[in-house]
Amino acid sequence: MMARFVLVCWVTLAGLLASSAVAETTLSDPALERRARALMQEIRCVVCQSQSIGESDAMIAADMRRLIRERIEAGDSDREILDYLASRYGDFVLFRPPFKIETLALWLGPFAALALGACFVFLRRRSHAKPAGDLDESERRRVAELLEHGIGPQDAPGNGPTP
Amino acid sequence: MAMRRYLLYLLPTALAAIVMLVFAFGLMREDGPSFKPSAVIGTMSPELKLAGLNAGEAPLILKDYRGEIVVINFFASWCVPCRAEHPVLKQLAQMPGVRLIGIAYKDKPEDALAFLRELGDPFVATGSDMDGKAAIGFGITGVPETFILGRDGIIRHHVAGPLTKEVLEDEIAPIVAGLQA
Repeated sequence: MMARFVLVCWVTLAGLLASSAVAETTLSDPALERRARALMQEIRCVVCQSQSIGESDAMIAADMRRLIRERIEAGDSDREILDYLASRYGDFVLFRPPFKIETLALWLGPFAALALGACFVFLRRRSHAKPAGDLDESERRRVAELLEHGIGPQDAPGNGPTP
Repeated sequence: MAMRRYLLYLLPTALAAIVMLVFAFGLMREDGPSFKPSAVIGTMSPELKLAGLNAGEAPLILKDYRGEIVVINFFASWCVPCRAEHPVLKQLAQMPGVRLIGIAYKDKPEDALAFLRELGDPFVATGSDMDGKAAIGFGITGVPETFILGRDGIIRHHVAGPLTKEVLEDEIAPIVAGLQA
């Protein structure tokens, strides 16, 4: 009984929150509305910068949301809508900037950094990779000597005379 | 060998230092990471058709002004900087050969008209952009913003923020003079 009451409370609360988030006219076709919502996540709010227009309460973000819905209803493709907004506000308005000369470093930079890091690791490992157990004649003699007499003062690390 | 190892460590350090310098300069830039509202410069102005502010006034059709140098000012009665720039706007309206058009951004026509009655109406024509769509067409982020259009309707200049005497004399006047030539 109690669990049921709590559940009802949660559902009511969730409903209230959801209704406050969609206080504006949505598209009647759920598929189109889904497309509009997805597009809203792709566009930066031009006065708040780190929010998408889907998240922002700014006046201009609401205007852009309305514009997107109108354009979708009029049959524009997602690409056309994004291109239109980018032509007015620049590529900055897109959270996923297009791939072109100016954005080359942006798109390829991380991969270049990864490749560079891989090179570094590879070179380092190669310089460290000494084949173990492959001793030449003099080394083998030295090992035998050490096993026989133990480590002398000249061999102990850190015991040598400091220069 | 030791030298090579040394270089191997130096390389990433140097790269990291370069990247840090680039970021540091980016952070210290005067204009900050803000918008460069210049995407519309050099593009054709949107085809505007807006209801006039006055009841019974003919709608504002931007295309009708083709062949003239047009300055479009987005303003609102609720916008304090618009009030501040208004004297400069009146001065701008005196420039020979310039048609100054005012668009009330997200403002009730009666409020916009009251604003103009109080401060003076420098515009040859006005339009009402209640839903802010014309503003998005010009890529504006707030009011006031001002655009200069050439005779061909192409957007030549954009001032985001209030006009000042300096902006009028140093930016707008030379551009208008260039368009008149």
